[in-house]
Order: sequence, then C-alpha cells, then structure tokens
Amino acid sequence: MYKYDEIDQAIVDERVKQYRDQTRRFLAGELTDEEFRPLRLQNGLYIQRHAPMLRIAVPYGMLSSRQLRKLGDISKHYDRGYGHVSTRTNMQLNWPKLEDVPDILAELATVQMHAIQTSGNCIRNTTTDQFAGVAPDEVVDPRAIAEIIRQWSTFHPEFALLPRKFKIAVSGTKQDRALVQAHDIGLEFYRDQDDKVAIRVWVGGGLGRTPILGSVVREHLEWQHILTYCEAIIRVYNLHGRRDNAFKARIKILVKALGIEEFRRQVEEEWQFIKDNPNTITEAELARVSQYFTQMPYETLPEHDARFDSAIASNPAFATWVRRNTHAHKQPGYRAVTLSLKPHGRAPGDITSEQMHLVADWADEYSFGEIRPSHEQNLILADVKLSDLFPLWEKARAAGLATTNIGLLTDIICCPGGDFCSLANAKSIPIAEAIQMQFDNLDYLYDIGELELNISGCMNACGHHHVGHIGILGVDKDGSEWYQVTLGGKQGNDASLGSVLGPSFAAEEMPGVVQKLIDVYIRERTEEERFIDTVRRIGVAPFKTHVYGDKKKEVAHA
Amino acid sequence: MPNNKSNLILNNEIVTDEWSLVTMPAGEEVVKKQAGKVVLFKLTGESTHSAEQVAQTVIPATGKILVPLAVWQARKEELAPRHAAGEIGVWLDTHELLEDLVSSVDDLNSLPLIAVHVERFADGRIFSIGNLLRMRHHYRNDLRAFGDVLRDQLFFLKRCGFNSYLIRADRSAEDALASLKDFSQPYQGAVDEQLPVWRRVNRQPVSQ
Repeated sequence: MYKYDEIDQAIVDERVKQYRDQTRRFLAGELTDEEFRPLRLQNGLYIQRHAPMLRIAVPYGMLSSRQLRKLGDISKHYDRGYGHVSTRTNMQLNWPKLEDVPDILAELATVQMHAIQTSGNCIRNTTTDQFAGVAPDEVVDPRAIAEIIRQWSTFHPEFALLPRKFKIAVSGTKQDRALVQAHDIGLEFYRDQDDKVAIRVWVGGGLGRTPILGSVVREHLEWQHILTYCEAIIRVYNLHGRRDNAFKARIKILVKALGIEEFRRQVEEEWQFIKDNPNTITEAELARVSQYFTQMPYETLPEHDARFDSAIASNPAFATWVRRNTHAHKQPGYRAVTLSLKPHGRAPGDITSEQMHLVADWADEYSFGEIRPSHEQNLILADVKLSDLFPLWEKARAAGLATTNIGLLTDIICCPGGDFCSLANAKSIPIAEAIQMQFDNLDYLYDIGELELNISGCMNACGHHHVGHIGILGVDKDGSEWYQVTLGGKQGNDASLGSVLGPSFAAEEMPGVVQKLIDVYIRERTEEERFIDTVRRIGVAPFKTHVYGDKKKEVAHA
Repeated sequence: MPNNKSNLILNNEIVTDEWSLVTMPAGEEVVKKQAGKVVLFKLTGESTHSAEQVAQTVIPATGKILVPLAVWQARKEELAPRHAAGEIGVWLDTHELLEDLVSSVDDLNSLPLIAVHVERFADGRIFSIGNLLRMRHHYRNDLRAFGDVLRDQLFFLKRCGFNSYLIRADRSAEDALASLKDFSQPYQGAVDEQLPVWRRVNRQPVSQ
C-alpha cells in the first residue's frame, strides 16, 4: 500500500501543528463556535450528543497492521476501548475529548494517518471497492488513481469551502461495488475498444434527503485528465451550487436543476480552459504511485489444497464460513476473507481495541499485513492462502469475528444513529440489534439467502437505506421515533432506489415487520430468486398487503 | 487592537490602506432571482441593488477609490479620467458575475486593484473567483479579499491568487500573517504555485 515520503509526512505534521493552534485559540475564546466549526469538521471532529466524535480517515479503505494497532491503542487510551467502521470506510471514535484531539492526531501522524477532510463542506475521503487489486472481475486497479486523487484533494485551496460535502468514488471492476452512481462524482474505469483504460464519469448521484442516482457527464475520459476534469466539475459546482439552503446544496440538486446536458456543456466549456494544465497526471507520477499497489508476492499455488478440502468436508461450520465469508481471488490458491463486525445483538461495525490488535496480528501472519474496512462495515483480509483459512477461522471465531452472515439479512449496514449522532431523528443500533436477534437462527438466515438491510437514523442516509433491499429510515413524528421502510433498493451496476412501503412503524414493531417481508418472499420466491429479484418481479404491493393488512386489523381491535 | 492600526496585508506585510472603500447607500432589499450565469437555476435569495442606490452612491472627489462593480458599470464615463489616472479599483460580491467585470473594461490590468467582498467566511466562491481572475483573465495587479476575512482561510486565498487581505477589524493581522506559512509543500498546482508537487520535486518511491 502507499507509503509516505517526506512530503506526505510534512503535510500531516504541519496539519497537526495547525490544528493544535486552532484548538488552542478556540479554547482560549479567540475563535467563536461558528468560526471553529468548519475547522474542526474538516478535521473530522463533530460535536455529538454525549461527546465529540472523531472520524479518522482510512483513504480508499486501506490499513496496515501497524495502523490498525495504533487505532487499537488510541481507542483504548483516549476513548472507551472500541471504534466504529463507517460506511465511508473510515474509523470513528465516539468518546474522545476535544482537547485531546491534537494529541490523537499527533499519534496518528506517526503511522501516516490523519483525519483531514473526513467531514465538512469539502472533498471527502475517496472510496473504492474493498476487493481492489484482488477481484477476479477487476479491469483496472483503481487504488493508484485514488491515492493521486487523495493528494490532489488534500487542502485543495479552491475547493476548501464548497456549498456542501463532496464525495468521490472510483471503481475498476465489471460489477460495481463502490456505489459510483450514488456519489457526487463516480469514476468508473473500463477498457475501451482499443483496449485502453478509459473512465466513465458519473456525476450528481447521492443518497441523503433527496436520493438520486448519478448521470453520465462524460462517457470516455483518459486517465491523464482525471484531476482537471474533476476540477472543471467542482468549479462549476462551487460557483453555482446553492448556498442558501443546506438541504438543496449538493451537486445533485444543481445537476437536476440544470439538466445533465446543460451541466455537461458548462463543465466541458470550463474544461477546455484547463485541460492539459500542469495538474494533468503524468506517466511518471502514475508509475511512482502504482509501485505501491503492485501485485503481492504471492506463492505459486495449485487451485486446490488437500488439507483445506478435507477441513471443508469434515467441518460443516467451517464450510459455511468459507462459503459465506470468503471471496474469489484472482490468484490461484488464495481467498479474500471478510471478518464480520456484525455479531448478532451488537452495534454493526463496532470493533474493540483487543479485536483490532488481533486482526492486525492475523493480517501480519496471513495477509501481507494489510486490512481493508468495507463500506458494508466489515474488515477484509484480502490475500489469505487456502491452507491458512482453517487456522484463521478458528482464531476469528474465538474472537467473535466469524459470524457467518456476510451478505445476509443480519449483515446490516447501520449508522450510529440517535444513540450518538446529534443529527439523528431516531436510534438505529437498537433496531439493528433487535432484527439480528429476530433472525438469530443461522440455518434460517441461509435459507433466506442474500439480502441487504440498511438502516439510517435520519434522512442524511449515512446507513445508505435507499439502496438496501430493505431500507429502514428513522423519522421524527411529534417528538417520538418512528421508522419508515423502503423496499427494492439495490447497489451495483443495476442500482435502484427503494420505494416507500407505507406509513411508518414504532421501534418495537420493526422485527415483526421485517419478518412479514421475509414471509412474503419465502411464499412467493422461485427457486433461483434472491429477495431483491422477487421484489423486482412481483412489486411492492404483495408485501404491503401482508404487512399492513394485519396492522389495520390490530388498529381496528384497539 | 487600537483603531489607528492597519489590518491590511499586502504581499506578506501589514501596510496602510491607500484606497478608500466606496459603498452604496442602504436601499430596500431586492432579492436577486438567479445565481450566477445559470439562468435556469434560480432563487438563491441573494440581494442586489437598485438604480437609485447606484446613482446615489457618494464618490470621494480625490484619491484612490475602490468602487462597487455596479457603480463602475453604470458611471464609467464619469469615472473615466480617474480610471486613466490609476485611481480606480473595483470590488464585487461573491455572487456577482465575474463576466460583468471582465466585459466592463478593455484591459482588466488597467485596474490597479480588484477586491472581492466575502460576506461569510464559509463562502468558498471567492476562491474560484480568484483563480479565474488570475488564470483565465490574466489579471496581474493587486487582488484583495475583504469582509469576513479570517486567518484560517488565508492560506487558501493566497493559493487562489489573492495577494492582499483586509483582516476583519476585530482580529489581529499580525497573527493572520503567520498562517500564510501553514504548509510548506502543497500537493496540487494552484495559482501561486502552478506545478503540482510531482512536477516540482523528484519524488522517489519509499522502499516497501
């Protein structure tokens, strides 16, 4: 993975010094709350319900074992012994003290980490596919470009105070796993008819209050021009995006108001002035950064491993874990492993300091010392030999990190919600926990099969509820917490936004509502159909009838 | 801070302001119905000024004056001799059209000073305006930020082509000067340093 040189290191060190002084001035009363706000936000520090929350950047979801150990130490020393993996693959601490943050940043800088632009109205952490570099369907490894974008966007002077936050995703696979259509800019790499690397540029996607899938602003862009093209897009947005209403300030609103043709015309006009300027990426720079993302020193292995095969045959629990929690790898004899941060009854995405240390050790032992947080809020060891899967599974199981629910109903994506976040309308973690307990029978879970259930505590949609096959959104009605259910959302190339099922539910009704949705699916599905397929075939109506039919009777009874 | 002390930074020094700021008289609030050049995209609720306000604006008889864009556009003939004498600078708000300024004068560089007023420090349009003035329109003279100008935005303003900053009156310009050196080696090319770091420095890969 990428390693800092003196220039990268100087930037994070200077940032620590700058932020330390900003914090000092704030505590001394030299900066007002309002003036300090964008400064702390651009450093990932929110003021939350109970305490500040610090969001630490994990650029495009790559961590070294050394970094993960440091996160384990920091969460133990400055927090309550755990951290939370966010849906932008960052690591959040829920209980740091505001005055400790400069020291935390100084510690992070010693392992080439920071919290730069993890919040605020600026270009945020660029995300990509958690299987970048190892996925069999990969066309281009997008991580070098992601790192080049990280550097370009870090303290970008012109785009430091945009109308609203700005998120970029890059994807280099046939099957999109980076949600490029749900980002302000999505860069989709493909090979054109001349077998050259090209980029399809998506713009104006996003979830949040107004969920919209992106539009293609340019079908074919050469990689050299990524930065200048992004600059043209963001300049048009910076000058013309709305600043009078935070709910209408994302680029998607501008794109929708103008129409994609007019937006494209303005971007292309802008680009003509800056195309080929010095920010055009050179072969030499791409080669320099790409050297950090070359193929791992894999062993030449056969497709099969006899010990592994016999462990599968003799141990059904291990076999299930391999089927559910490991993934195809481009290199023969290797698998990618997902360590589940979704044990039933625990906050999705949470990981303790001890677990961080254990995972770091396993990464060193089995996976070239690298760990990848995913936007589904799990941790990936990307390069594990077949012969190492059994010992890894035994260790992961003992540490509570081997729940065999990856891609299943209880692998819930969930924001911190009303327990922590001051923006939330409703709690989300207890809902996730209650649903996990309702479906705490693994055989039943396997029978239900692939299903993505996403929960957000408010319409800011950090839990990506719009693209969940089942989406749950916390809403506030007269000061109490209610939950709206959407059905039929999906991430990927055939992305769709869910449709609202009907009137919202009380918290205690939610496990029963999900159960009823599952009952309809079990009743209606054909042999090959996943939940989302059935929803797409039969529509929302049968689900609605089953869920609300009973509810109406109950109301009539009462 | 004593009132007689200047809060104006020009080229990394605190200097006395030679320019008198001309503002329009208060008028009835007229809400502008469109943002920028984007005719289709409306209702950002930014105020604009009336013809009366422009006409009633009091212009000092002598000395270097910094006049609002709308006044400059409407009263250019009256101001022509002073423009020729190098006594006219023009200022605009972040929501005003840069194109209007550019088309209002044959040679932008006949203006010794252009200033951009930022009402709220969080309004990042000022950065793009600076970039466009320097890069697109090749403006070479003094470019000043004034209004809600605070030290924590100075480094960005400098990188976007500003060389002068009137720090908000209740803050120290001396303190603000320090922030111009917050970062020694920025990554991306911008106005002040147009080359990105990889074209400035021979970056060698760090051993794995």
